[in-house]
Formats: sequence, C-alpha cells, structure tokens
Amino acid sequence: MKVLDIKLLRDVRRLWAQVLAVALVVGGGVATLVLAVGSHRSLEETRIAYYERYGFADVFAQAKRAPKALTDRIGEIPGVAAIDTRIAKPALLDIPGFSAPASAQFVSLADTGEQHLNRLYMRSGRFPAPGRTEEVVVNEPFARAHGFVEGARFSAILNGRKRELVIVGIALSPEFVYTVGPGDLMPDDRRYAIVWMSEKVLSAAYDLDGAFSAVAVKLQPGASERDVVRRLDALLDPYGGQAAHGRKDQTSHAWLDHELDMLNNMSRTLPPIFLLVAAFLVNLTLTRLVALEREQIGLLKALGYSDGSIVLHYFKFVAFIVVVGIVLGGIVGTWLGLHVTALFGDFFHFPFLVFAKAPDVYLTAGALSAAAAAIGAFRALREVVKLPPAVAMQAPAPPVYRRLLSARIQLDRIVSQPTLMMIRNIARHPVRAFFTALGMALATAILVVSLFTRDSMEHLTDVTYFLADRQDATIGFAEKRIANVVEQVSRLPGVLAAEPFREVPVRIRHGNVERRIVISGRPAAAHLRRIIDVELRPVILPETGLAISGMLAHILGVGPGDSVEVDLLEGARRSVTVPVVATVEDYFGIRGMMEIEALHKLMREAPVVTSVNLSLDENRTEDFYTAVKSIPTVGGVALQRVSWRTSARPSRCSSPRWRVSTRALPA
Amino acid sequence: MSVPVFTAKALTKIYVSGEVMVHALNEVDLDIPEKEVVVLLGPSGSGKTTLLNIMGGLDRPTSGRLFFRDLDLTDLEDRELTKYRRDHVGFVFQFYNLVPSLTAYENVALVTEVAKNPMRPADALALVGLEARMHHFPAQLSGGEQQRVAIARAIAKRPAVLLCDEPTGALDSKTGIRVIEALLGVNRQLGTTTVIITHNASIQEVADRVLFFADGRISRIRTNEARREAAELTW
Ligand SMILES: Nc1ncnc2c1ncn2[C@@H]1O[C@H](COP(=O)(O)OP(=O)(O)OP(=O)(O)O)[C@@H](O)[C@H]1O
Ligand SMILES: [Mg+2]
Repeated sequence: MKVLDIKLLRDVRRLWAQVLAVALVVGGGVATLVLAVGSHRSLEETRIAYYERYGFADVFAQAKRAPKALTDRIGEIPGVAAIDTRIAKPALLDIPGFSAPASAQFVSLADTGEQHLNRLYMRSGRFPAPGRTEEVVVNEPFARAHGFVEGARFSAILNGRKRELVIVGIALSPEFVYTVGPGDLMPDDRRYAIVWMSEKVLSAAYDLDGAFSAVAVKLQPGASERDVVRRLDALLDPYGGQAAHGRKDQTSHAWLDHELDMLNNMSRTLPPIFLLVAAFLVNLTLTRLVALEREQIGLLKALGYSDGSIVLHYFKFVAFIVVVGIVLGGIVGTWLGLHVTALFGDFFHFPFLVFAKAPDVYLTAGALSAAAAAIGAFRALREVVKLPPAVAMQAPAPPVYRRLLSARIQLDRIVSQPTLMMIRNIARHPVRAFFTALGMALATAILVVSLFTRDSMEHLTDVTYFLADRQDATIGFAEKRIANVVEQVSRLPGVLAAEPFREVPVRIRHGNVERRIVISGRPAAAHLRRIIDVELRPVILPETGLAISGMLAHILGVGPGDSVEVDLLEGARRSVTVPVVATVEDYFGIRGMMEIEALHKLMREAPVVTSVNLSLDENRTEDFYTAVKSIPTVGGVALQRVSWRTSARPSRCSSPRWRVSTRALPA
Repeated sequence: MSVPVFTAKALTKIYVSGEVMVHALNEVDLDIPEKEVVVLLGPSGSGKTTLLNIMGGLDRPTSGRLFFRDLDLTDLEDRELTKYRRDHVGFVFQFYNLVPSLTAYENVALVTEVAKNPMRPADALALVGLEARMHHFPAQLSGGEQQRVAIARAIAKRPAVLLCDEPTGALDSKTGIRVIEALLGVNRQLGTTTVIITHNASIQEVADRVLFFADGRISRIRTNEARREAAELTW
C-alpha cells in the first residue's frame, strides 16, 4: 500500500468521530432519498399492478336509470375496451350493538359471476350464492372495524325497506382503496361500508330490473378519455346521467394519488437539506484538516509530490466519508423503504405488494452525495493547491487580523477581551462563519419541517372542526329533497339547529382549462357549515354570483369580475356563464360556493337540499340515531365529531395527519 | 573544471509587504562546486533561508539567474520545479517536519516511493544509525532522532544536493553533533553537495567554505583548507 494511503487510514481512524458524523449526515440524505423514492415507486408499482390485475376502470358514470340495452351503444363508443354496468346505491345500515348510524355504498355483482372491471380480491369467503338474497360481500376495512367474519349479520335500509344481510365474503377492490362516507371529511371504517350484493336482489330492491345506475369503462390504449366522457354523457343524459369522469375525479384514486404525492414530496424536501448540511460539514472538516496539516502539505510539495497527488490524497479522505455514508444510507434507506412500503401497503389495504427495484435511486443518491461532498471539499482543496511549498515549511505565520471599526472606537472598552477575540475570529473567517450559521440553520430546518407538518395538520384540524365545519352531523339524502325537509329534520329528537345544504356537480371552464367541481349552496350567514379563509375569518357569501377557491381561480386564471362557463351536471343540464364575484383563500382544495337562493335560481328550481347540517344535543344523540334510521330517504349520516374523535385515536395504524390531509382533495 | 552544482548570477529577491520593500537577496553571485560542504552564517533576516528556498526550488527569485548544473531554475514552470525537487533535492528543516501519523520507516518511504533511484528506506535509516527505531512514530523519538530520520528521508533518494536550514537549531550540543556527523557521513559516502544554514559559528569548522551573509549579500567567504570532523566540535 502507498504510504499516503496508510496516512489516510490513520487519519480516518484518528478522526473517526468526525468522519462518522459527516458520514451519518450523508447517509441521512441517501437514506431519505432511497426511502422516499423507493417506497413511492414500490407503492406506485403496486397500485399499477393492483389496477391491472383487478381491472380498475378508466371512466366512471352514474345515471338514475339507464336501460341495459344501452350497454351495446356504450360499447360502440370508439376507444372503449370493456364495460361493466351495475347498480350502485347508498343506504343506511343498522348494525347490532352499534348505535351510531352507519351507511354503505351498495354495489351489484353480476349474477353470471363474471366481473369485467373493478374485480374483487377475495380476502376470505365467497361470492353470494345464486338465489340467496341475504348474502353479501363487504369490504375488509369495515369487517375489520367491527370484527366481522363470515356469518356475521347486519341490516340495511334499501329503498325504505329494512333487510337482514349476512356476510359470506370479505373483499378488497381497486375501486375502493379509500372509502369515505358521503358528507364525511375522513374515513371512518366503522360507519361506512362497501357492500356487494347480487344484481338480481339489488335491482329488485330499487325497481331497476333490466336497468343500471352506474357504468365503468376501460379504455383502449391511446383512446381519448375526454371524447369517451363526452359521448358517455350524451348517451346517459336522457336517463338522468351524472357527469362521467375519469380516474382523476374518482375519490379513491385521487386520494391515493395525493398520498403518493406526499411521499414523493418528501424525496424533494428532506434529502436536499441533508445534502446541504453534508456539504457544509465536509467543508468544515476538510478546511480544518488542511489548516492543521499545512506543514505536511508543504512538506509533500517540497518532497516533490505534485499538487494533483496531494489533492487526491485529501479527496480520498472525503471519498471515504461519502462512501461510508452512501453504504450506510443505502442499507438503512432500503430497510426503511421496505418497512414503510409494507406499512403503507397495509394502510391502503393493498392485497399484495410489488417491491420495485430501483438501482438508479442508489446511483442518483450516490451521485448527489458525491456532488455535495465535492462542492463542500472544493474550497479546502483549492487551498491545498494554493499553499506555496516554502510557506508551508515555516511555522504558520500569525494570521492577519483587521481592526473591526475605525481606530478611534475602542471596542475593548465595550466588550471583554475574550469576546473581542471571538468577534475578530468571526470577522477573519466570514465565509466559514456564514457556512457555520447556514449549517445550523439547515439543521434547525430539518427539525422545523418535520414539526411543522404536524403542527400545520393540527392547525387544519382546528380550523376544520372548530371554525369551518361546526356541525355535529350531516344527513345526506339519496335524492335531492324539497327544502321543507329541513324543518322536519329540525324536529327530530336531539336536534338543536338545522341548516340546508345543496350541492350541484358542475364542470367549470375558462378558456381551455376545465375542472370538475361541486358548487355548494348554503345560507349567506351559515352558522354551522361556514366558509373560513386563511386569515380564519368567516366568509359571507354575496347574494349573487359564484365564489371559488383561490387555488381554483389560479388554475383557471380568473379573478373577481371575470366570468366562467359552468356546465350544470344535474337537472336541465344547462351551460351557463356565471360571474366570479369572490375568491376565497382557504385550505380546502378547489370548490365553488354560492348563496343557496342564488344557486336555486341558477338551477331554475324550487328550494331543494341534498343534505342538512345539524347541531345536536350531546345528551340525546342515541335518540337522534334511532330516529334518523327510521327516515327512509336518508342515504347516509355523517357524524363529523364522531369520525374526528375516532380517527384521532392514537391506536390507529396511521397517524391522523394522513387522514386529515385528504381534505385537501377536490370535493 | 566541471560545471558547479549551483551558479547564481545577480540573484535578487524582493518582498513587498504593504509599502515596505525588503531586499531579502540583493544581487548575489555564487558558485557551489560538486561535493562541497557549504555553511551559511549570518544574522537573522540576512537572507539565508531565502537563498536556500530558491536553490531548493521552493521559491522563485525576483530577478537574476540561478542554474542547477545546466538547468536554469528561474525559467521553470511549477510542474518542472516540482520534478526538480523530486529528482535532485533533499531538504532538512529546523523543525524536522516528519508526518506524525507515519513511522520513521514510512516517513522515509514517502520519498523513496516517488524517487527515481532510491535506497531502501531501511538502508537510509541505517546510514543515520536508526535501524533499530524504524517502526517508531515521531512522537516516540527524541528531537535528535527525529532530525536524523529527516536526514535519512532527505538522502534516501540519493539527491544531488542536500539543503539544511538550521538542522541543529532545536537540538542540544551533543545531539547536534550527531546530526552534523550524519550529514558529513552522507557527504563522504555519496558525494552529496551539502548546504547548511546555521547560527552556530562552531559548525563552520566542518565546511569546505563558509559564506557570511549580511543584508541580503554575501559579505565574506572563508575557505577552510582542512575540514574538521564533527566529533572535534564543541559548543
Ligand atoms: N514571505 C515573506 N514576505 C515578506 N518578507 C519576507 C518573507 N520571507 C522573508 N522575508 C524577509 O526577507 C528577509 C530575509 O529573510 P530570511 O528568512 O531569508 O532570513 P534568514 O537569514 O533566514 O533569517 P533567520 O536567521 O532569522 O532565519 C527578512 O527581512 C524577512 O523579513
Ligand atoms: Mg532562516
């Protein structure tokens, strides 16, 4: 071995603590990158494989009642590869021993036993047997939340009639990776279920013989989703079709997208901070080492070593640190990545996991760390080159200090001698002082960023539950109801106040940009379900015109005073031009808001509601639960306070922040 | 007569620091023949180290010429100067300047690894009487022993010239004599031209010639007809 390499090894052993510290920071950068990118990729691939194997559809549409004969015509739409028509209906559940009203999405299973799209992954049990009208399959999270196994029984109110059901299978579906009840802000698996049931039974219950209420379409590769959506809308329009939409607007898919995005974001925020700190530490360590070994560097030069070989020697020192960091970070990152992937896989209820191999991530991480270290080393190595051999042979000359201020101001009168030494030292190495400060700032940043995410989520929770959505419960109806239902509901036991809420799905457009959103109508001075802007002030809606989220205004490129085109996707399905009268800077994704009367006028309808927001007497909730289960047209009851309390319980496998974050989704 | 090892012509070095100009060397003319032992004497600041540094290729003159045999050192690029140092010059410094994390053997090997026709490190150490301490680190050696390691390191490449800046400056007289003995031994056995800077006037007795420095000039040259042995020195 070369003598210089022996020196290198001894230097490393002597400075092992510093070497390890820097290597660990480099490792931190590599680990977070490998972890975030690796697990993101694995989960993404898992999702793709899941969608692929279980035939997740590309386009979805609902209708009131479309004849089955329409299926062939849908099949003729260019670009359609496969179709699944079915019946999908919301209904209230009555679960023994569980007083709170739960609701479910009922989805039909073709009696031929053949599912084309959105196929179920059976965790256990079997499909309902032909002719056994009470047999159902439920989604696993719901079954787990209640401890249900095959044979468990519960009831549902289907189209106003109570039916006894028995679970024969527990399943997962690519369509319902994430499930949230209507009106709920976050998932509550105990109170929201997906129930699959024989098509014959469900169509009989809803008088939909020979008809369907939902359709899922798989596109051919390269087909235009937009075209298919338009044509599907046109076909379904006469049958009470609601806007067809792609995966982007499919709740479960959009949520998954969002969660995976957050994981991806982590790979963009944490590693750069680690790498910056690493660069800084490399700089600090190497600068010190070079300063301490001045005479040795001069000696090597005097002995006839070239600048290049001396630089290489110190570069190897840095390389050693970086390699240790990369190896450590790679191992830890891989291990954590597998762990996190498994954790998320469990959380998302993926039936299987695909661990993506990602050799390029290691390469990228390695290259980035090497680059960071090289940047950090650059100044010190330049110092090595600049050092003249003759100077290096003398004992280091006294460094040149400067007077800090003009000679007349005597600093030592103001500060003590040690302080003066300190200040002079800082003034002598301004760059080092700057980097030291920067390094500490970045270290603090890592902490702040991680704490901040939690705090901001807590803040969001506060804003949501204590300022904006202050209702205790929301009753949602399967169909829109005449507004006098508000009075009926307000007479239910335990109800203190009731407020109407009307939601209309729309397409909003300005120029080429189009989004599918929901316009919500509420009283101008809503007391329960309020609009809160980022300054935490309640927003009073103007009497006419549309208010939209600041984010949506930004996407569409409009501001107050501009007009937008709105396709109303309900009722007469008109397209109208509506003035934007206000933008609301809020935390809640993209949405449209109107005063409820103004919305009725826009819809040319008598006052109707799609849901009623309630404030409840805490002591009478049981009475309220019982009463609400007997109202036939109720499609679901959202209990905001209940779902918040349960999901905030620490015993859940995920921290609340993952759930809260979903509220940033478009409504 | 053969070509001298060093030929200096009007060699001048001016340091400018702030508004002050220091003539560290002022038009020095000098010849040093092969195999000679030269001692430089003179008050502090008179330019001895400056001359040695320029001869050793560690620094450049402001004006004038310096030849190493036929090679004009004043014209050389940094690279060529580095090569000149590597191939021809051995340095011995006042403060030994050993690499503390390397053993005596390895400190010598530092030179033999890059030299053209080196001795074996063990042989170089034997020449200075340190074969038994080969695997000791500098911290385990006395000052005199460290300086002898430095001499072993300087001679291991069989250099044409040995440049020593106050090699005994940090040593007591007994140890200093051993170090001078080592230098003279090398000169005798290998015929290495040797230049020794010292503040110790008694060392001049071992030289072929003594150059007295004052204010950047050679003020006087003394030639010893017969060199004394180191053992005969006292101080
Ligand atoms: N790098 C430098 N910058 C400015 N002046 C210098 C520098 N190096 C040496 N000098 C000046 O040049 C002059 C000669 O210095 P040199 O080191 O050659 O003296 P010296 O004879 O070796 O003295 P000493 O016996 O104290 O070692 C001195 O006045 C010194 O201050
Ligand atoms: Mg000197």
